[in-house]
Amino acid sequence: MKPFTNFSSRMVVLPVNNIDTDQIIPARFLKITTKEGLDKHLFQDWRYDESGQPKPDFVLNLPRARGCEILLAGDNFGCGSSREHAPWALTQFGFRAVISTSFADIFRGNSLKNSLLPITIPAEAHAELLAAVAKDPEAQVAVDLPAQKLTLPNGRAVEFPIDEFSKHCLIEGVDELGYILKREAAIREFEMRHDPGIDTLAG
Amino acid sequence: MTKPRTIIEKIWDAHVVNEQPGAPALLYIDLHLVHEVTSPQAFQGLRERGIKVRRPDLTVATADHSIPTTDRSLPILDNIGKFQLDELDRNCRDFGVRCYGIHSDKQGIVHVIGPELGLTQPGMTVVCGDSHTATHGAFGALAFGIGTSQVEHVLATQCLLQRKSKTFQVRVDGALKPGVTAKDIILGLIAKIGIGGGTGCVFEYTGSAIRALGMEQRMTVCNMSIEGGARAGLIAPDDLTFQYLHGRPHAPKGAAWESAVARWKQLATDAGASYDREVSIDADQLEPMITYGTNPGMGVAINAPLPDPSQIADPAQRESMIQALRYMDLEGGKPLLGRPVNVVFIGSCTNSRISDLRSAASILKGRKVNPNVRVMVVPGSQAVKREAEAEGLPEIFRAAGCDWREPGCSMCIAMNGDQLEPGQYSVSTSNRNFEGRQGKGGRTFLASPLTAAAAALTGVVTDVRTLL
Repeated sequence: MKPFTNFSSRMVVLPVNNIDTDQIIPARFLKITTKEGLDKHLFQDWRYDESGQPKPDFVLNLPRARGCEILLAGDNFGCGSSREHAPWALTQFGFRAVISTSFADIFRGNSLKNSLLPITIPAEAHAELLAAVAKDPEAQVAVDLPAQKLTLPNGRAVEFPIDEFSKHCLIEGVDELGYILKREAAIREFEMRHDPGIDTLAG
Repeated sequence: MTKPRTIIEKIWDAHVVNEQPGAPALLYIDLHLVHEVTSPQAFQGLRERGIKVRRPDLTVATADHSIPTTDRSLPILDNIGKFQLDELDRNCRDFGVRCYGIHSDKQGIVHVIGPELGLTQPGMTVVCGDSHTATHGAFGALAFGIGTSQVEHVLATQCLLQRKSKTFQVRVDGALKPGVTAKDIILGLIAKIGIGGGTGCVFEYTGSAIRALGMEQRMTVCNMSIEGGARAGLIAPDDLTFQYLHGRPHAPKGAAWESAVARWKQLATDAGASYDREVSIDADQLEPMITYGTNPGMGVAINAPLPDPSQIADPAQRESMIQALRYMDLEGGKPLLGRPVNVVFIGSCTNSRISDLRSAASILKGRKVNPNVRVMVVPGSQAVKREAEAEGLPEIFRAAGCDWREPGCSMCIAMNGDQLEPGQYSVSTSNRNFEGRQGKGGRTFLASPLTAAAAALTGVVTDVRTLL
């Protein structure tokens, strides 16, 4: 995984609550067997009209969306299906962080494994940020992961939570599977005393 | 004396391989279920690293999400879908994983075949690259959905790095009235706590109304735990659980059965154990439920009016409600009863088991579906299909005017061509009513098989109790 570095960026604002993974990437685009090309279909049904033309007023289609590395979304972002295609599509589009007041569990876990930082901030800071971008669409925020700090356009720093392990993995670009594989001896020892009691290959 | 523990903590403790300071626990996985959509990139990852599947004997695959539900002897017309299905076969062959593919007599929706083969057992940890994995919690297993990176982790190591969730007791006491089902319990819960209400938690469903449910109904309840935000939801095993499992192909046999049951009986939550959170539902008060909006938390009793956005104080919630009603082309404050529907879908990992089909057939028997409604009945597995055929259910469905199809996820996720047209309304026994979930522009009302069958007959949203 690519190490996560601090950055500043403008934001794409999608202040809708409960944005589910079916909106982020509709199921009909999950028939691929690789990870590539999902950015084209990010928010497909909100982004394109019946004839497949980009809807000019949808935020991802605005010229200023280009180069934005942060998505500012409503509560409970990423609910629904476990598809990792959602963070794949978001990162391929260029996003490195999503800011919300809360995230669904599976989406949060999937994002952390793809260098996409879910930034949870309190409702009042979220409201302040929405107001700031409404006033100035070019407003930027700064993400400092080691300090767990999001600096709002007015210079106020808001702390965001992240567990130490996920933070370490993001900053160092730790390959989580590599980390688990190194614990082979512990896994083997556990298997000596633990019998799941089934054999899927039998019968 | 040891501290009283919930079943959730007991299963967790029994599967922690080890814990290192500053890192999540390494959790052992007893059963890994695999399907075609969330696994190809994981198998590819193993190839790139040159590693094998660690425990093919704890892994099983089936094709369900993108397979057609039409005649299996016909060629698959969707080339991309076909390639994905072929990839699953190839990956399973290359890595020595048992695959119940499109032509297998054991094929079916992954959350239907696990229990019916006796693979899902009490006290297990079960994962699958699918958020409805909580279904297996009906057996007292800790079962949850994972993303493709974690599918790769489990294939490679049989382990996951995992943090303990909070425990959340969902207590359902009392008796369900006629026409009210397991589906109404779970839709009622989600309407009460909201779709993010269980985030960070594992549900344990307890209470007399849960105990009174059959195993398939318990699966319906656990299945939709994720729709309440909880990654997992489970029910402590009891005699009914053991009866269901006894004699299934992968269930323990002989002396092993006796010792397994003795072990399983120890799983129930200890007296005096505490939960991080709790909620109670009065089963006597539940009505048949139906969703009207664009997430499963937007549900009401079938005879109740829809919420009126102008009465919602919170601006963000009001806006969500306005947008949902706009997408659904519905008016707040009015009931859904009598609203015309175009399609009825009976199927999915929530409601495609034999008892679900019997339930729908009990309403449809000897009657005709409304000519304006297309009705699809999609059994959850080949085994369910055979059982239904042995009982004559397809004849009942066909005589009523329903389409009886081959097993798969079908119109629940609309990946395989089974889908709504833009603007169409469905009453669906599936689990999600998100925008476009059942086809771009489609509008979904989630409900029980009874309520779905009632709408099939009348062509409009109907209180099934008027037909009982």
